[in-house]
Amino acid sequence: MTNRLWHIRLDLEPEASDHEGQRVVREASELHLVGSWQVRASRGFLVEGVLSADVAQQLADTVLRDAVLERAIVIACGPNAAADPDEGWVHVLPKPGVTDPEGETARALLRDLGYAVEQVRTIRSYRIDGPADKLPELIRRVLVHDAVETCVVGPIRFERLGLGGSYRFQRIDVPLRGRSDAELMRISREGQLALSLDEMRAIQAHFDALGRDPTDCELETIAQTWSEHCSHKTLRGLIDFEGERIDNLLKSTIFAATQELGLDWLVSVFADNSGVVRFDEEHDVCFKVETHNHPSAIDPYGGANTGIGGVIRDPLGTGLGAKPICNTDVFCVAPPDTAPESLPPGVLPPRGVLRGVVAGVRDYGNRMGIPTVNGAVVVHPSYLANPLVFCGTVGVMPRGCAEKRVEPGDLIVAIGGRTGRDGIHGATFSSLELTSESDETSGGAVQIGNPIVEKMVLDVVLQARDRRLFRSITDCGAGGFSSAIGEMGAEVGAEVELDRAPLKYAGLSYTEIWISEAQERMVLAVPPESWEAFSALCAAEQVEATCLGRFIDSGRLTLRYQGEVVADLDMEFLHHGRPKVVRRAERPPRPTPAPVVFPERSEYNADLLGLLHDWNVASKEWIIRQYDHEVQARTVIKPLVGECEDGPGDAAVILPVRGSRRGLAIACGIHPRLGEIDAYAMAAHVIDEAIRNCVAVGADPDRIALLDNFCWGNPERASTLGSLVLAARACHDYALAFGTPFISGKDSLYNEFKVNEQSIAIPPTLLISALGQVPDVGRCVTMDLKEPGNLLILLGQTRGELGGSLWLEHLGQASAEVAPVDARSARTLYRVVHQAIAEGLIRACHDLSEGGLAVAVAEMAIAGRLGAHLTLDEGPLPDAVQLFAESPSRLLVEVRPGEVHRLLDWMKEAGVVARPIGRVSDPPERRLRIDGFAGRTRVDLSVDQLQSAWQRPVTDDSAG
Amino acid sequence: MPSPRVLVVRAPGTNCDEETAYAWQLAGARPEIWHIARVLDDPPALRQFQILTIPGGFSYGDDLGAGRVLATRLGQILAEGVRDLCERGGLVLGICNGFQVLVRSGLLPGDPRLGPATLARNDSGQFEDRWTRLRPTPGRTPFLTDDQPISMPAAHGEGKFLMSNSDALDRLESAGLAVLHYVDRDGQPTLDYPANPSGTSRGIAGICDPTGRILGLMPHPERNVLPWHDPGWTRRRSLPVAGAGLRLFRNAVQAFD
Repeated sequence: MTNRLWHIRLDLEPEASDHEGQRVVREASELHLVGSWQVRASRGFLVEGVLSADVAQQLADTVLRDAVLERAIVIACGPNAAADPDEGWVHVLPKPGVTDPEGETARALLRDLGYAVEQVRTIRSYRIDGPADKLPELIRRVLVHDAVETCVVGPIRFERLGLGGSYRFQRIDVPLRGRSDAELMRISREGQLALSLDEMRAIQAHFDALGRDPTDCELETIAQTWSEHCSHKTLRGLIDFEGERIDNLLKSTIFAATQELGLDWLVSVFADNSGVVRFDEEHDVCFKVETHNHPSAIDPYGGANTGIGGVIRDPLGTGLGAKPICNTDVFCVAPPDTAPESLPPGVLPPRGVLRGVVAGVRDYGNRMGIPTVNGAVVVHPSYLANPLVFCGTVGVMPRGCAEKRVEPGDLIVAIGGRTGRDGIHGATFSSLELTSESDETSGGAVQIGNPIVEKMVLDVVLQARDRRLFRSITDCGAGGFSSAIGEMGAEVGAEVELDRAPLKYAGLSYTEIWISEAQERMVLAVPPESWEAFSALCAAEQVEATCLGRFIDSGRLTLRYQGEVVADLDMEFLHHGRPKVVRRAERPPRPTPAPVVFPERSEYNADLLGLLHDWNVASKEWIIRQYDHEVQARTVIKPLVGECEDGPGDAAVILPVRGSRRGLAIACGIHPRLGEIDAYAMAAHVIDEAIRNCVAVGADPDRIALLDNFCWGNPERASTLGSLVLAARACHDYALAFGTPFISGKDSLYNEFKVNEQSIAIPPTLLISALGQVPDVGRCVTMDLKEPGNLLILLGQTRGELGGSLWLEHLGQASAEVAPVDARSARTLYRVVHQAIAEGLIRACHDLSEGGLAVAVAEMAIAGRLGAHLTLDEGPLPDAVQLFAESPSRLLVEVRPGEVHRLLDWMKEAGVVARPIGRVSDPPERRLRIDGFAGRTRVDLSVDQLQSAWQRPVTDDSAG
Repeated sequence: MPSPRVLVVRAPGTNCDEETAYAWQLAGARPEIWHIARVLDDPPALRQFQILTIPGGFSYGDDLGAGRVLATRLGQILAEGVRDLCERGGLVLGICNGFQVLVRSGLLPGDPRLGPATLARNDSGQFEDRWTRLRPTPGRTPFLTDDQPISMPAAHGEGKFLMSNSDALDRLESAGLAVLHYVDRDGQPTLDYPANPSGTSRGIAGICDPTGRILGLMPHPERNVLPWHDPGWTRRRSLPVAGAGLRLFRNAVQAFD
């Protein structure tokens, strides 16, 4: 009997729900593919092996089919499949080489059960009735994920799942010596190396001196190491700004502030894959936030999926490894209701992008068993072609594990997933602008994750750490082995035998092996005496471990393939040979000030409902519920709070250590509308917001660590870089003023999209993530109104500026006036609030952010299903300003009547502005009423009305 | 009798093993977490334990259907080992993915006359994490000793309990095997979303086998063992010393007194 390819189609029984078919019909309608579509979807497998039809049917019925819901149809594939039951079907399957975890699982299981199976791939099949002329568009836009999938219409005519091909080894040298500048740039461009002329010249000079040309592998290694993504050459380079030369912006602002603070609870900052701080006597915690913007623009699901997968490996690769205990995610997208017809070519619809990135985070985070507890969604039209995806992970480790050191003689050991052609050029790709052809030229940069492999790696690493079986570890991120081994061996040297790397399929060149960004791989330095125990542990956990070479005291990075040297680089040149980038920056022009024209209104009901309905404010419950935010049973303040568990909590709180009541609060701040006006003010506001969110649930303001993530446009434009300089300076100033150190960060530049020669840049976007410590979680508070009759007190100063506020945007106006952040009084306020929360004086606490006081109290009312009655100040600020201004450093708190005086006394003593502003309705009446100047009722709405405006489904197209 | 020993089995993709073991520990049992390879290498080792637990997660990525691969891999071990365990008076608990494994392996409902059962995709078509209220039926299994509703989160994408037809469901219910139902605010089993998060038949959230010694449920009792696990705890003036989910573990431990 010979090898045959069978399509096992699992058709749903007529009465079973066809979710996938329904999705296709729904999305066809959302994309305005008008027609009466009827779609039935079937999952299935392509199984290749020495199998008769009977055996194929048997394995389909006993292993693959759901006994209640499905029928298995077995179809022979090949050129002459007669009377094919696949006639009239459309099939979608992963492109060759794309990771297919389910196919791999099926293959392994079937083989273990004794079936002679060679290969298995998953496949989805659709039986479609609808307008034939629109079918190609339906296939392209709804059925097939073009970056990673391919489509077959009608019977499957191929008969092999052959992957990869043969590879004949031949070392390739790239002639650089004697080449002109133009030729050097052509080599950089055609090789997708993203190296500048200065850099190409430096490489040319280096090899000139050696009297030889570099190999392709050497050139790639240098390109990866020197990429913006890996070396942050702009922010660590030289910047000319207003007559001053800044040498290393990051070091002179953000690091400098951390150093100046000199806090004794910092353990390892800006030194490792994540920043580490002390948690308690026995544990440290660490936190890292990464972006995965460019891949997500092309493939939202795969981009976000591998984004979260990658950042989880950061704590795991910090020190000797931390256990990941929660994730965060922040997405910046264009309005989901953007008309599909208005999209430029090559741009995916924002609703699909948002759904895709949510699903990507969900499927990876949930499968890893890490709760996703905090996040944000920012909606702004400028993210249309360049969505931002931030993913973060917090980890916990025993104290004493934060240091790592490679010793000469240690083995270089790779564990986890196998190496394939995935994500070649991811590091250099993210250092380029996207174009409308990006999805064609960069398909290889998109990857699909396999979270179960990563979970197995996690299980191994933590056990090996506790047994001290390795000395150092890092993850394979951008640049793959090239970056991981290059960095680990930077201080010593390394020898690698590339042909030892386990491959997903044959045919990879030595260079592809070296720079592949295949997911779920980590590299460890294992002392030779521990290798036996380490490999036994990996075998017991069914994780593949391979010794690729060793670290040696040579100061060189030496790579061999089949015994021949294919790269031999001086570590000093590799890590320190890059010419410093010199860029020019200038202060961006401030928008022209325009006075705010206040609308003539007697009441603001419609304004408030419109703000609650805004994508930026509206409920994110549809996202949060898809995440397992409670796995590991640590989440004690959930992301959704209140009477019906649907209120927008300010920060989540988790318990890192079982049996202890000490907690971690995780929060963030982000505000790109301010970035468009004044990047310095934006940074100040988002730092304040991230801290405030932590304090609002009960974190100690003197134990908050911050992370920065800068997402900017092209830094080669002086004004773009200028706004980055200003934001970094604000980070320095406010970190010092608040006493909140930065412990880690990352930048992502070149977030621009070129269409018809015009560049669309994102607004300057700074995400600040905060990791706060809560002495006793039993004292935490949530933002939902609690009890009728309690008093509401507004803490902090309301100011008149409206620049960047959501209300002004809704009015169609713009203002350049932004309230400054007074960190000194804010810090005092946060300390008193923390003390009051710790003493149990505060029943509810909510931060005032987008939409100001009106939105904050509305959210508290919705969350508590209770009404409130507020009375605004009699001047000097107009009622509308008091309602909607977004002045920083303010909180609204609920206090029991008997405890109001004590709280107000404390506030007075500390010099904090505190004003009783109203009460929770008593008798309980579910209405929000806000009275303003001369007793006029400015807002009068039922909680139900507030709620229905706020709970906006992502499918909604109404303007509000 | 000393406190029972509990085996918590983990496989690639299992991710609730640690907190499940912690819940057993709080309940007074002696839990150990073993990798499936260790169990398969040494099946007789099961005899050292009184309770077997298959915790939640995504064993093998839920590829081929939730719980399917683990059920297939455990195959014989489960069938023989569990029979032996039950004959010795032991107990088996499957939570979420563990429940899916017990159903896929046929140990639940565990009566061939009832025909096959399955846990299908939620009506919402997606994974959801939300708190639910369950009403236990006491007396049928040592895990459930009273009828006081218990809150705990359900977090799954495939939790809709289905059988071949409604006759089979009738027989399951009349045999008293459907021992945990999602209930509404009035304490009545419900089909209404979101109190019934998956659209599961007749509100069935968990079932036991005819002996009552094997229990499987979709929601997570191990995620409600501390006073601060309950999502409404900040609204209350006084808190219980433990979360309500711990009762299920305590009842099992007490069955060995």
